[in-house]
Amino acid sequence: MNPLLANIVGHFPILQVVVPLVSAPLLSLLAFLRIRGLAWIVATLVSLITTVIAASLLASVWGGKVISYEVGGWAAPWGIEYRIDTLGALLLLIVASISTVTLVYGRSSVLQEIPEDRHPLFYTAWMLCVAGLLGMAVTGDAFNVFVFLEISSLSSYVLIAAGKRRESLTAAYRYLILGTIGATFFLIGVGLVYMMTGTLNIADMAEKIVAVRDTRAIKAAAAFLTVGLALKFALFPLHLWLPGAYTFAPSTVSAFLAATATKVSIYVLLRFDFIIFGQATPVAGLHFSQFLMPLSLAAIFAGSIAAVFQTNLKRLLAYSSVAQIGYIVLGISFANEDGLTGGIVHMFNHAATKGALFMAVGAMVYRLGSAELHDLRGLGRRMPLTAFSFFLGGISLIGVPFTAGFISKWYLISAALDDGNWPIAVLLLLSSLIAVIYIWRVIEVFYFTPPPDGAKTREAPAVMLAMVVLMAAATVYFGLDTRLSVGAANEAARILLSGGLL
Amino acid sequence: MKHHLIPRIVARLLLPFILLFGLYVQFHGDYSPGGGFQAGVIFAVAYILYAILYGLAEVKRFLGDGIVRFLAALGVLLYAGTGVASLFLGRNFLDYSALSEDAVFGQELGIWLVELGVGITVFSVMVMIFYAFAGYHGIGDIEELED
Repeated sequence: MNPLLANIVGHFPILQVVVPLVSAPLLSLLAFLRIRGLAWIVATLVSLITTVIAASLLASVWGGKVISYEVGGWAAPWGIEYRIDTLGALLLLIVASISTVTLVYGRSSVLQEIPEDRHPLFYTAWMLCVAGLLGMAVTGDAFNVFVFLEISSLSSYVLIAAGKRRESLTAAYRYLILGTIGATFFLIGVGLVYMMTGTLNIADMAEKIVAVRDTRAIKAAAAFLTVGLALKFALFPLHLWLPGAYTFAPSTVSAFLAATATKVSIYVLLRFDFIIFGQATPVAGLHFSQFLMPLSLAAIFAGSIAAVFQTNLKRLLAYSSVAQIGYIVLGISFANEDGLTGGIVHMFNHAATKGALFMAVGAMVYRLGSAELHDLRGLGRRMPLTAFSFFLGGISLIGVPFTAGFISKWYLISAALDDGNWPIAVLLLLSSLIAVIYIWRVIEVFYFTPPPDGAKTREAPAVMLAMVVLMAAATVYFGLDTRLSVGAANEAARILLSGGLL
Repeated sequence: MKHHLIPRIVARLLLPFILLFGLYVQFHGDYSPGGGFQAGVIFAVAYILYAILYGLAEVKRFLGDGIVRFLAALGVLLYAGTGVASLFLGRNFLDYSALSEDAVFGQELGIWLVELGVGITVFSVMVMIFYAFAGYHGIGDIEELED
């Protein structure tokens, strides 16, 4: 028996990245074959394989185990180490499964929005983006994180620019400028830490940084890393690229990126803050309670209030994403077990919720060619299932009980109360009320305004609709059964608070 | 630039040396400074210099858009393929020792293949970028830009 097949599970950490990465050049070669639809089939199959690998990795690290893999056979800390714990594996599962669902969902939408001769290249960029995001979650090497960050960013600029409208190019360009600044800041930060510790391996950095933790270089590194990553995950007020990018990207791309891209950058921040800087920095208190916490609250309110005034549904959801990132970062800024659990579980729940919402909007754009609220009047009668899926996603965004959003908010509020920080608990409740306003505006247009004359009931194609309903059902399911989401998030929080030393 | 005799002659004289230096950087990269990335750029410089002097249409007859794109993908596949080959031979990804009975020879072979892949991809991507800029707005020949 082939030695690879005999020990295939042992090689899953590298296959997780290599399978989508190798598929990308193969997909670009498929353009020469000129077989219709082949690129989509290959991309979907590859994405499905990566999902299986991610699920298997999560299962094998469950219970606080850590998998380490030496790339090229070079031992850590000299070689590149791939290191997977529960948090990383949860992120892998989010990215891979959302990619698979959106690919299955997006076949018709991509056919409509992107010229057919460009499909192989579109799916090439997609798989590169997936490989980059997975790589960031899998690797235990700080410089390797930067490489994968760039792979995922560059390919997501391409994906956004593939939108049909001219504004997609401007949106992609703006994201490119800000994203590049973010990546550069991140690299400067990594460089400074490398200068002080002489190592790039994250676990090794965490040990060596203790000796130099009071130096100005490490403080500067922490500042560069935080600001650089904050640009990538669009923390208010560095969110300016996000609304345009999500609004003008092709529907499928919006759904995929909104559900995954920002989460992975937040994951990298968690890695640096808790495992490398962790207890080491004397400025940790300042960093969390006086920097991240106020900004995340500002993000929650600025994002939610801006969402109330939007007339384009995609833009409304994009601003709501700014607010949701605020919730995730708020949870992290408590730096206690409940808060971290809330933040991490919200990464998961928000991925499902925003995925469902953007997919529902994509189905509307597919049939009606517009995401302007004015054109969506009476959608409850014209596309009843899509509208209802949007409603389920919407109430999860608000945080109504029995939806995924409720679980996240529950943990966030109990973290605030445990911390004795009741004003934040009140602010959280207030912000949910703003979410009620912007979701209600949409629901009112869908269900309480008459459809324009002559509008017929016509749902999106069956497969597309099925995926929308599946994701909407997932938001309800993860509001009822929290074994996977809260279980993994809680374990991840404990690993982070122990400094990754298990 | 057909009427600029001196640059054309000088470039003709220089081109073989640029290419030779490119080959040296490519295949001596594992022992001395250099490697696939630098060699790919040097090769692309020679190619682009020729294109600037003789026109885009002329060089596209030699390497069309499709071929360049094919080469870009081929280089990446060569790199990744080397890694996957070592997986199939029972070692970790990119552990070149697996590529041969003799571990040292395997390591030589592995780095040689990987650098070759890098060189091919960097060359073709540089050329691709040049084509994209030079061919902007359907201007088929650099000469037209000059006038």
